[in-house]
Amino acid sequence: MDFGFTEEQNKFRQEVRNFLEEEIKQGYWEPTCDAWIQGFNPGFTKRVAQRGWIGLIWPREYGGQGRSHIDRLILTEEMLRYGAPAACHWFADRQIGGAILAFGSEELKREFLPRIAKGEVYFGLGMSEPGAGSDLASLQTRAVEDGDYYVINGQKTWTSCASFAHYFDVYARTDPEAPKHRGISQFIVDAKSPGLSRIPMTDITGTEAWNDLFFDNVRVHKKYLVGEKNRGFYQVLHQLSYERSGLERLMGNYPLFEAIIQFAKENRLSQEPIIRNKLAQLQIEFEVGRLLIYRVALVMEEGRTPNWESAMSKAYSTEFEKRLAGVAMEILGPYGQLMPDSKLVLLRGMVAHSYLSSKGYSLQAGTTEILKNILAIRGLGLPSS
Amino acid sequence: MKLTLTEEQEMLKKTARDFLTDKCPKTFVTQMEESETGYSRELWHQMAELGWIGLAFPEKYGGGDMNFLDLAVLLEEMGRACLPGPFFSTVVLGGLSILDVGSEEQKQEYLPKLIRGEKIFTLALNEPAPYLRGQNYDASSVTTKAIPDEGNYILNGTKLFVPDAHIADYLLCVTRTKPENGVTIFMIDAKNPQINYTLLKSIAGDKLCEVVFSQLPVPKANILGHPGQQWSTVQKIIERAAVATCCQMVGNLQRVLEMTLNYAKERKQFDRPIGSFQIIQHYCADMATDVDSARFSTYQAAWMISEGLPCTKEVAVAKAWIGEASQRIIDLAHQIHGAIGATMEHELHHYTRRAIAGDLAFGDANFYREVVAKEMGL
Repeated sequence: MDFGFTEEQNKFRQEVRNFLEEEIKQGYWEPTCDAWIQGFNPGFTKRVAQRGWIGLIWPREYGGQGRSHIDRLILTEEMLRYGAPAACHWFADRQIGGAILAFGSEELKREFLPRIAKGEVYFGLGMSEPGAGSDLASLQTRAVEDGDYYVINGQKTWTSCASFAHYFDVYARTDPEAPKHRGISQFIVDAKSPGLSRIPMTDITGTEAWNDLFFDNVRVHKKYLVGEKNRGFYQVLHQLSYERSGLERLMGNYPLFEAIIQFAKENRLSQEPIIRNKLAQLQIEFEVGRLLIYRVALVMEEGRTPNWESAMSKAYSTEFEKRLAGVAMEILGPYGQLMPDSKLVLLRGMVAHSYLSSKGYSLQAGTTEILKNILAIRGLGLPSS
Repeated sequence: MKLTLTEEQEMLKKTARDFLTDKCPKTFVTQMEESETGYSRELWHQMAELGWIGLAFPEKYGGGDMNFLDLAVLLEEMGRACLPGPFFSTVVLGGLSILDVGSEEQKQEYLPKLIRGEKIFTLALNEPAPYLRGQNYDASSVTTKAIPDEGNYILNGTKLFVPDAHIADYLLCVTRTKPENGVTIFMIDAKNPQINYTLLKSIAGDKLCEVVFSQLPVPKANILGHPGQQWSTVQKIIERAAVATCCQMVGNLQRVLEMTLNYAKERKQFDRPIGSFQIIQHYCADMATDVDSARFSTYQAAWMISEGLPCTKEVAVAKAWIGEASQRIIDLAHQIHGAIGATMEHELHHYTRRAIAGDLAFGDANFYREVVAKEMGL
């Protein structure tokens, strides 16, 4: 066992920090909670790409750097620590690029990966539907073959980043006769396709966080079928393991974590035993969660897809985020309820924002209940119910 | 970063698992709990022959030249087996402390016989204190007096919760030699008649003692390290003992998880295994998350000790976490096992009793949360 980092890894972490500190110094952006999923900043994404930090782990021939999963975790850890606006590239870098690498044709790899790595092309997800949430396999969106094309009809929901995504990663039913897990296929759909429209949805914080996507005879060329026809459900399980794997589940509100500790110190609240105790407990829980997530990266480094391991770390971490928001709310007392633009607001309104946004964390990318099922059945070998 | 064991450690783990499965069944554990000494000399000597007692000591004293991380692997297996006896006292509290602070002469004198399994050592640290203060390890809590007297020292005072003191050959005793900055560690011949032992009846059936020194003369030469300046040494000893306790607890909790999973797979109600019910699955998922996080935080601290890195925060994180996680795990294990788990017929009680003793040993979750608070600069 070795819990340390190599000299190169420490150097890399410092390099990322220097870059991010310079960005903040230049006034390009300020640290924000949820910035990994809500911070849309094409300029930032471009500058990250110029350093080779998108697709860091992908092979060089597709525009990547061939670096390790630990390196990517170091990179994302620092992005999250500084609340950097990485939403434009986060999804493609984390999971869709990997899915194209694992299942896509050579043509798809060449078409998309280098452009993602250059920060030119952004992706959104088209998985959930109004009637298919936790039971994703029962999705109803249809894709019907028509010559060289598939024609897609249906509705997707909870799509993040839809307003600026160039492409969507879409799952649709290609064989309605087959058992539901075996009749789904994965497609890359151009966001500008005729017949594709969207309606934004405002989340509980007041942010336009999601979109409903409507597919009305959207034609997709067959070359944009990812992997094997009717194997889409198995491919999406693979992708979801990566979607759950990262530190964004633990550190989405890291700017708040730092700020509330600082606030407690400056206002001498940290000398009150109850507050001391709660902040120390949060720190302990944070350190533990970080280890669970580094374990996931090491599983990936061994070349395995983390399934129950990332289910475990994600379920654990999103509960931490809720407790963080709750403790911060207790510490600020009545000031905690003030929204970002209010008079008298403290800590830029991060507390009220995080308190609200964290309610959704344990639902995205697999509810905590689904994740515990995965851990129990796939990880612990309990019989399925 | 790497979270897997080396080939050598895997081998050590396997040897330990096999040996302890054979030599330390729960019937033996119960027998030892009921006995006065709490250990078997035969098994003790076998462990010495296997090189376990000397595992983490330098070769020049007869040790195996392995490190604390290797010892952590062995301690985990001992926790899994609920191994009774003075291994922890002798090796973790006694031997490693002598290695830290003893003079070369003292090391030459004590370590070889410790490693050969000829002598038993322990540490007399805790003292009677008001409720909660007993967990509060700070220098001022040391009140056992050692007063200079014609080249010797005379010790008076009471030490509590001293493991295996009644069978020990040597006590490392933490004393006060001056009102301020005066913490001194003495090596004491445990068989001296000026020492009185009372065995306490503890929840885990381990052998914790009250030790009373009345007018005990100790030669000056028996001071370990520099007189009066040993509080930082004591802190290091406590940190290491806390992590070693965590290692045993990880073994305990891993076994509890496995036992519970087996039960959930086999036990049928309503014509199906209870492990197929989602509520039981989620309980098990929670247990597994707590076990894995306890394991990683424990081994992180053990690795840092092994590497000689400062690790006050990491030790505190590990011990605070496992203290509370262990109680959650044990509670769920009992809930899943149903009434059979609350009997002496089933082996779960061994683990339940040891887990709470582990939480209380060398600082509980409250104590270490405060350490973390200080490390955070709160």
